[in-house]
Amino acid sequence: MTFEQAMDAFRTAFSGSILREETHRGELTFYFKKTDVPAVCRYLRDQTGFNFITDCLGTDRFTDEERYEVIYHLRNLTQAWFLRLVTRVDESDLTCPTVSDIWPAANWMEREVFDMYGVTFTGHPDLRRMYMPQDFEYYPLRKEFPLIGIEGSIPLPSGGH
Amino acid sequence: MGVESAFGEGYITTTVDALANWARKNAVWPMPMGLSCCGIELMAFAGPRYDVARFGSEVFRFSPRQADLLLVAGTCTYKMSKVVRKIWDQMPDPKWCIAMGACASTGGMFRSYPVTQGIDEFIPVDVYVPGCPPRPDAVINALMQIQEKIGQHSVLMDR
Repeated sequence: MTFEQAMDAFRTAFSGSILREETHRGELTFYFKKTDVPAVCRYLRDQTGFNFITDCLGTDRFTDEERYEVIYHLRNLTQAWFLRLVTRVDESDLTCPTVSDIWPAANWMEREVFDMYGVTFTGHPDLRRMYMPQDFEYYPLRKEFPLIGIEGSIPLPSGGH
Repeated sequence: MGVESAFGEGYITTTVDALANWARKNAVWPMPMGLSCCGIELMAFAGPRYDVARFGSEVFRFSPRQADLLLVAGTCTYKMSKVVRKIWDQMPDPKWCIAMGACASTGGMFRSYPVTQGIDEFIPVDVYVPGCPPRPDAVINALMQIQEKIGQHSVLMDR
């Protein structure tokens, strides 16, 4: 089975779910509603052999509607295929279904997206912050967060000197 | 230090200072805090070409209990600041600190939310070394300035 054949089969199976697709420099990207993500990912892993999630990341588009994007980079390691999935998350409902039950590697990546953008992954087994302190109140990769940070938001150690 | 406690108030002589300072100056044991790329240059500073053994500082101690110079080399994040502070607190007095490189001195090019804008925000620094990274000779110069500072030290200051 070639990549084109696999993708044609995928398109027919999920014709109702695919919102948009685009090809840039030979890399194929599919856009989905966030509710379709678990079914799509499970199909891609089991039927198409995308057995490895290279990356799961977020972006802040700073738009009024569907502000955040969660992006999945998938690889089929036996065929060396690459595929990108994108789903958009609106600010009014900052949740997205987890894929960490499909690829366990997504666990920490989703924690990072949560840490940086505040997107909550429903069904995630251990959604704590990844880099920032647990009591940190902000999401640093959001566009409105100042680059230098907010003074006093992370306490520095002090001692008798 | 045991020697100083044997002398009462007013009995300290400059000769004792000179002896203690001579010993301390020529056996500065650094605690290396290689936090990023400056750590590589720090290794060159200790290696055979620049050979810090000529200044008596070749004994890198990986235990803060045995060190009297904290060499912070590299970018210090807020997360790491607690560790650096803890190591500094664990070092016995008298102790000195070198901020090596632009990042440790001022935050360097990382003017952003996770990086402390200079380690002097949470520990006292004696010598700042500019550079990104500084050459090993610059670090040797910093060590010589530390030695000069130790020369002005009085054992009375230890108590």
